[in-house]
Amino acid sequence: MSSSDLYGYVLGLGDDALIAAQRMAEWVTRAPQIEEDAALANIALDLLGQARALLSYAGELEGLGRSEDDLAYLRDEHEFRNVQLVELPNGDFATTIAKMLFFAAYQHLLYTGLSAADDPALAGIAGIAAKAAKETAYHVDHAVTWTLRLGDGTDESHRRMQAGVDEVWPFTHELFEPPPARTGHIKTTGDIETTGDIEPGALRGQWLRLVERVLRDATLRRPEDGWRPAGGRRGVHTEAFGYLVGEMQSLHRAHPGARW
Amino acid sequence: MSESARAAALRDPELRVPFAEALDLVRAAVAAVRDPELRVLSIEELGILRDVRLGPGGRAVVTITPTYLGCPALDVIRADIASAAREAGAAEVEIVTSLSPPWTTDWLTDTAKAKLSAAGIAPPGSPPGVRVLPLVGVPVVGVPVVELPVVGLPVRCPRCGSSDTAEIARAGSTACKALRACRACREPFEHLKDH
Repeated sequence: MSSSDLYGYVLGLGDDALIAAQRMAEWVTRAPQIEEDAALANIALDLLGQARALLSYAGELEGLGRSEDDLAYLRDEHEFRNVQLVELPNGDFATTIAKMLFFAAYQHLLYTGLSAADDPALAGIAGIAAKAAKETAYHVDHAVTWTLRLGDGTDESHRRMQAGVDEVWPFTHELFEPPPARTGHIKTTGDIETTGDIEPGALRGQWLRLVERVLRDATLRRPEDGWRPAGGRRGVHTEAFGYLVGEMQSLHRAHPGARW
Repeated sequence: MSESARAAALRDPELRVPFAEALDLVRAAVAAVRDPELRVLSIEELGILRDVRLGPGGRAVVTITPTYLGCPALDVIRADIASAAREAGAAEVEIVTSLSPPWTTDWLTDTAKAKLSAAGIAPPGSPPGVRVLPLVGVPVVGVPVVELPVVGLPVRCPRCGSSDTAEIARAGSTACKALRACRACREPFEHLKDH
């Protein structure tokens, strides 16, 4: 059980969804098939919708009048609270699928837990989480389908899928770190207790059962737990992140307040 | 009196249209707004429209629940609601987005499903009481196996009614529809996914 500031918690979930959406959207016009292009674009769109709802709510909690756009476009790298997993470069298609499998399974289990959480402080995200739990079930299904097909496919597809799983695995540990304690500058949002199904340890247990089953069915090896890179929830990011943020924000920075 | 004459009368403070009638007018106009991606359905039939209220000074407050958090049609729906409400006499329109309870395809009426089918779009088909999504982590008695999410039940072809159909692409022309093909009549068709 750990205690954390609600604003920071919601901001972290919103940033996860936003950055995952931005990375996923890089596949548009580059996916191996046109059907996959549409599928990845739609998954990115779901994630962007989650990000908008979560960041709008984070802005309300913060109480400084920042909108979803302010939070997405007018923060610098070190102010983002997403896990490093979602900012990793896409790599080849198999690496992207490995990332999607691990992240969608995490999101789905967490959102399912949040939609039923007892803590009254979490009531504000329950509605978003209930909606997002259903959306992410489709993302899990999509990633599972591809993991099975590539893992249990040709020698080359198996080799690449395993390489993707191995590359991304260390970054999955950060998904299950206890949320960082409050930073002090937010006074009004209250503390939350991450207990029950959303307690990080319990969540990882559920996640491992799902992921290990999929890897086994796909004839893939579950990597050893070793290196555990982390820091995204405290604003520490990888080198690739700066380029992503630069591209995401360039239009808004050049033309503040631009609208379609 | 014609619809437009009634709407004009509503705007005229001298005529004092009864409140109940004014509300009916605005509600009917808003309820008739078409979903931009499923043109055969109104937003009421799709279950997006939750509430229409009329406040002092002809200010309409319309509550909607999005199908998907990132539904790209939402901006068009908001604009269409606002113009429909104004045409029906509302002086001002506020559109509130409510996420709770979350929208589900269970809210589609049988009439709505029949309209989809007639338009060649297979409706979502979970029978009452069957939970389609998701089954992650549900322990099976005596078997320590984790169930994977199960998405959807057998989908019937909207043309010939055969349930021998296959998914071609999970994401179809819009986020909410998958592309399928019927093995019996060989026709491709769209399927509004269970949600």
